Amino acid sequence: MAKANVTVTVRKAGDSVSILDIKGEVTAFAENALMDAYTEATSGSARVIVLNFNGLEYMNSSGIGLLVTLLIRANRQKQRLLTYGLSEHYRNIFELTRLNEAIGIYSTEAEALAAVKLDA
Amino acid sequence: MTAVSDTEHWAKPVRTLHVSDVPPEAINLLNVDGQQIISPLQGFGQMWQKTYRVRLPGLSMSAKQVMDIWKAEFQKFQPSATRFYPPMTGVEPGKVIFIDLDLPPAPGMPDMIPVSSGVMVLYADDEMFTVMTPEGFPVAGWNTFSVHEEDGCLVAQIQSLDRATDPVYELGTLFLGGARRQEENWFYVLDHLSVRFGIKGQVQMHKELVDPRWQWSGAKNTWKNAVFRTVLYRLASPVRGVRRLFNQRVHVRGS
Repeated sequence: MAKANVTVTVRKAGDSVSILDIKGEVTAFAENALMDAYTEATSGSARVIVLNFNGLEYMNSSGIGLLVTLLIRANRQKQRLLTYGLSEHYRNIFELTRLNEAIGIYSTEAEALAAVKLDA
Repeated sequence: MTAVSDTEHWAKPVRTLHVSDVPPEAINLLNVDGQQIISPLQGFGQMWQKTYRVRLPGLSMSAKQVMDIWKAEFQKFQPSATRFYPPMTGVEPGKVIFIDLDLPPAPGMPDMIPVSSGVMVLYADDEMFTVMTPEGFPVAGWNTFSVHEEDGCLVAQIQSLDRATDPVYELGTLFLGGARRQEENWFYVLDHLSVRFGIKGQVQMHKELVDPRWQWSGAKNTWKNAVFRTVLYRLASPVRGVRRLFNQRVHVRGS
């Protein structure tokens, strides 16, 4: 039986920003890890959730679906969702699936955090 | 597995669909060619995630083998009111599967409203494939067909993550039996898939309301409603026939 092959850890970057460091494969089996991390990330006063995809090894279409449900959950809590560290291949996937129209995409953590400060 | 190795499983980046090698009389082109593909984020209605599953106990095949048959015989598992036309090359990323539907105007009435459209294969590997809808399709979003092993038993699954594309479709979903019809369709598919393998499986469904809100930015999608365009196109068939006949006569006189 296929098992989850992903770890998602949470760290803070200021009072209102939480970063989820994703390592491994984002597929349907990553749901529990991703959603548990989101819950942990938003247990305080996080207004912005940043997904770090530098450690992403693989993502299939089910993984994209997970990101949509994560986005909806974040929006309902009036939180923004940003990403950084996507390879060119996965940037293309975000564009193909039109996730790029709703989730901010940045090259580095510094860029993503700078974008948060600009909008603050 | 690295990002480079799964490139072949995804459709190439594309914003609008362009279909070739299709007979010009296939009116599916009307609602597919030149249309943008849309995710659940560009639709209008409530967003639902529905997961349909059927266990295939005792089947001595691999998930890949079951998926190969599912892809090759995709149309055979559909109810008669739904006609899928996979590309000649098979279910491959980036390819378009044409779909003809007949919808009832109200619950309990016969299927009589035609819809001709299609979906793009967004992702396909040995054990799953996902299709993504174009503008004008009844729902905006994705459908994933997969086979996986669970506790030593193969499970065939269909998971939809979508919302009605425009307010007209949403009314149909909420008040004219559209949601129930969609669910019955996928129950039918998995039921017939399991029978294909000599198993009378029990199809189960789990649904989750992901976003209960209407997304008013999607209301403009009504302009591309595939039902309206299909019906209008068919109503105009006599006019096109007369025009063709007139053009042929003019051509003959001028020759």
